[in-house]
Amino acid sequence: MTQTSEPRSNPRSIQALIKPKTIRPTVFWRLAEDIPKPLYTALTVTSIGLPLLLWWAITTFGTIDPKFLPSPAKVMEAFGRLWSTRELLKDTVASLWRVGVGFLLASLCSIPVGVLMGSFPSIRALLEPLFGLMRYMPAPAFIPLLILYLGIGEEPKITLIFIGVFFFNSLMVMDTVKFVPKDLIEATYMLGGNRWEALTQVILPHVLPGIIDACRINLAAAWQLVIVSELIAANEGLGRRISVAGRFLRTDEIFVGLIVIGVIGLSFDLLFQYLLRVSCKWASQKR
Amino acid sequence: MFLQINKLNKHFDTKKGTLVVLKDIDMAIQQGEFICAVGASGSGKSTLLRQIAGLDAPTTGEVTVDGKRITGPGPDRGMVFQHYTLFPWMNVQENTEFGLKLQGVPKTERREQASYFLDVVGLTQFAQSLPQELSGGMKQRVAIARALASEPKVLLMDEPFGALDIHTKESMHQFMIDLWQRTNITIFMITHDVEEAVFLSNRIYALGARPGTVRKEIHVNLPERSHSVKRHSTFHDYRDELMDLLRAHGQEAVAAVA
Ligand SMILES: Nc1ncnc2c1ncn2[C@@H]1O[C@H](COP(=O)(O)OP(=O)(O)OP(=O)(O)O)[C@@H](O)[C@H]1O
Ligand SMILES: [Mg+2]
Repeated sequence: MTQTSEPRSNPRSIQALIKPKTIRPTVFWRLAEDIPKPLYTALTVTSIGLPLLLWWAITTFGTIDPKFLPSPAKVMEAFGRLWSTRELLKDTVASLWRVGVGFLLASLCSIPVGVLMGSFPSIRALLEPLFGLMRYMPAPAFIPLLILYLGIGEEPKITLIFIGVFFFNSLMVMDTVKFVPKDLIEATYMLGGNRWEALTQVILPHVLPGIIDACRINLAAAWQLVIVSELIAANEGLGRRISVAGRFLRTDEIFVGLIVIGVIGLSFDLLFQYLLRVSCKWASQKR
Repeated sequence: MFLQINKLNKHFDTKKGTLVVLKDIDMAIQQGEFICAVGASGSGKSTLLRQIAGLDAPTTGEVTVDGKRITGPGPDRGMVFQHYTLFPWMNVQENTEFGLKLQGVPKTERREQASYFLDVVGLTQFAQSLPQELSGGMKQRVAIARALASEPKVLLMDEPFGALDIHTKESMHQFMIDLWQRTNITIFMITHDVEEAVFLSNRIYALGARPGTVRKEIHVNLPERSHSVKRHSTFHDYRDELMDLLRAHGQEAVAAVA
């Protein structure tokens, strides 16, 4: 197998064309690596703290009409006022209830449908075109129809959330199922499992983290839709609070509404992230 | 014959037309044999094993185990895949038990059986670990324990030690020999490692590539089964014969491409 060395062009010559590169150590610009904990905390605090500080500075030292931008203190005051009259609590509960019911119904339907679509190409072929189409119809565009069909009570609002969540969630759950390695399913068959067992004991646990993540993302959509539906027609709710405050130019109350909506949404998000961490240790360690 | 492969052909339809991967494969394996099929990469080894496993159906021909024609996958054939296929959310104990659970074995019995085989592969102290906390060799040992726990008629292995370092590989070889001699299980193992094949098996099928065919069948008769046999001249003769066979095929394959 010995080869006689042929006269070749000097292999060194390519070196002249290679541009030298070094990767310098960094803390802030680390790619896909952890940064030191204190830096992480500092940046997180800055993320919320800096805009708050700016807001306070502008309203204190600037010359902006408080009708357009109330100061943080004014907003806190409005919050106290709305809280003491229990109006804020009533609105929050009303919105939470609508989101809760609509989102729960949509999840209960979309998770099994999504898993079936992802697992069985036949069901995917049957449903994917329809769902793909429905997904591109913005849910708020259904409001006039829903009012026409269901009036202005709770039903149209819950149905709106259902429409807005169901199709997206089904398709997102379907995608997570597609990523289950075929090897694992074949291993299940070789160990004596049938299709049903592969579905319930291998595919389901494998996609559980993906499902939780899909639900987390779509809960944000549900939370937006409830506010939209309340802006249009409602007797109570956080969206209704904002639209009434707008009519009377009570900017401080608009701010209260917006902040409450944001904080509740963020809490949901953190709750789902926590759920993911405790229920799927095997998946969260990878990320 | 215990495991029989009759006139098996396997074609794949690809964009470039029909690809013949396996051509006229005939094999006959008796109970208690340790068979290795050796072939170059791409010679259709995994494809052949999938036909025996029942994960794929032959284009023509058939595979029978214990007289029954294979029509689908089942736990009478234990399978160790080429790539790691442990269930990532189950710990080592649960992975090992899973086959028994699927077959309806009560909890205490399957726990005992799994613990026994975890002990056999030397992983008792990792029973509560998740697969992602294990090294490659440990994962493959769990996969072997999982396949053995159902007490299959035949153990099918697809290059199970391909990714292991030489020392882990040697201890796995000794482990396989011990296991085979103790349980008298039938083993059909695929490998591209010639020394591994000579050391482990009592019979070797050397496969030719493109299309995959049985080139030669070699009965291995070693004076002993321990690592010192690798210095023995008989061992070298077998190894060299196989190397020559595969080398010839490698050149054919290269010529076919050129
Ligand atoms: N599903 C498939 N569709 C089309 N071609 C396939 C399919 N599966 C395998 N092949 C082809 O069959 C040939 C043999 O593949 P196979 O995986 O059996 O090889 P192998 O001997 O196991 O190789 P290695 O040692 O690298 O694992 C390859 O050329 C591959 O491209
Ligand atoms: Mg292979």
